Amino acid sequence: MDDGLKIELGKQGVFVTTIEELYNWGRRSSIWPMQFGLACCAIEMIATTMARYDLARFGGEVFRPSPRQADLMIISGTVTKKMAPQVVRLYNQMAEPRYVIAMGACAISGGPFKQGYNVLKGIDRYIPVDVHIPGCPPRPEALLHAFITLQKKIDEQPLTGEGRPRHLDAGAQGEFPVPVQGEHDLEPTSNKGVWPVPITIR
Amino acid sequence: MKTVEEIKAAIEQAVPGAGVEIILNPSVCTQHSLRLAPSHAVAVATFLRDDADLALDFLSNATGIDWPDKEVAEKVKVIRTVTKTVDGAEQQVEETVEETRKHVVPGCLEAVYHLFSVAKGYKSPVVIRMKTVNRSDQVQLPSLTPVWRSAEFQEREIFDLYGIVFTGHPDLRRILMWDEFKDHPMRRDYVEPDDFEYEPTAHDEVLARAQAHRAKMADLAAGQEGAGA
Repeated sequence: MDDGLKIELGKQGVFVTTIEELYNWGRRSSIWPMQFGLACCAIEMIATTMARYDLARFGGEVFRPSPRQADLMIISGTVTKKMAPQVVRLYNQMAEPRYVIAMGACAISGGPFKQGYNVLKGIDRYIPVDVHIPGCPPRPEALLHAFITLQKKIDEQPLTGEGRPRHLDAGAQGEFPVPVQGEHDLEPTSNKGVWPVPITIR
Repeated sequence: MKTVEEIKAAIEQAVPGAGVEIILNPSVCTQHSLRLAPSHAVAVATFLRDDADLALDFLSNATGIDWPDKEVAEKVKVIRTVTKTVDGAEQQVEETVEETRKHVVPGCLEAVYHLFSVAKGYKSPVVIRMKTVNRSDQVQLPSLTPVWRSAEFQEREIFDLYGIVFTGHPDLRRILMWDEFKDHPMRRDYVEPDDFEYEPTAHDEVLARAQAHRAKMADLAAGQEGAGA
């Protein structure tokens, strides 16, 4: 429906909407993040939820200590290769619809530890990430921005057809393989279905 | 605080045949250390802790060192008997010849402990160290956890990253890496896993490794194509 007509009808006391709009409004206004922190970025995440930055303004203050009740996973910090299988397992245990914010340089790429032997070079190698935030650590404003970006993304998701959320798509991949801790490295080193090796243009 | 020489003398008086060796540090800090023989290390450590004069009751830091096998080339002067023609007649003449000899100094692993005293408040640590026989199969050292409890996690870390096996440790497991991990990452000859498939801003060493990875992958792909055809 035309936006101008909608506003005009609103002035007349008639509220017009679509199921899609209402459904997505409900989903995006009560995103419950999972309560877990991995490194120093978690401190910024905690600051974001406190009174000064107040994530509650956007409906995201209910941090759940169980993956079963959470909608959003904030990867807040360095993912070591020892921790990576547990992170993927927690993601698998979350119910759809679920979203992931990779917070900080380490979570998106390995950050300053990228060339180390023990740090995963970005969690997007194993699970789909919706919003990446650079920074070391990102300021609480950056996390708020990522949160709002995620809300916009949810708002724009159609309920049918291409690009619909995974819980409305019976054919969508639900479980992501948990990497095995091998003798020298994680096996496999990445999930090619989630993370096809990006092509670098030189 | 006693000097290392005095500490050595005190140890040798208390623990006969302790086999303590002073290792001088030539740098400005002059932080000399004492190398203990593994066979007497626990007795010496107990003495250092319980002695009223030293009272080294606090182990602040334990770490490892890896000394890889080293090839040393040295020039040696050798006297040789050479047959030479002197004044038209053959004679046996002794000659000094310079020769380069190469030999391999076998490597070892070392554990280093920094000791302080809370009771005495020393400003600098007393450093003790222990050496393994080699770096492959004889890597056992006595654990000092029974003497200083704070050694427990640090010895586990040394075990994890260097591969020194501490006998007498109450709970010797890997602490940082996972249990299935086989390597010891802090050793000089450790080969890091090759996950350099995506390096958007590679430079220097990383660029070299990314290029090596690409070359390896290209070889693998070529090999697979060849096998398929």
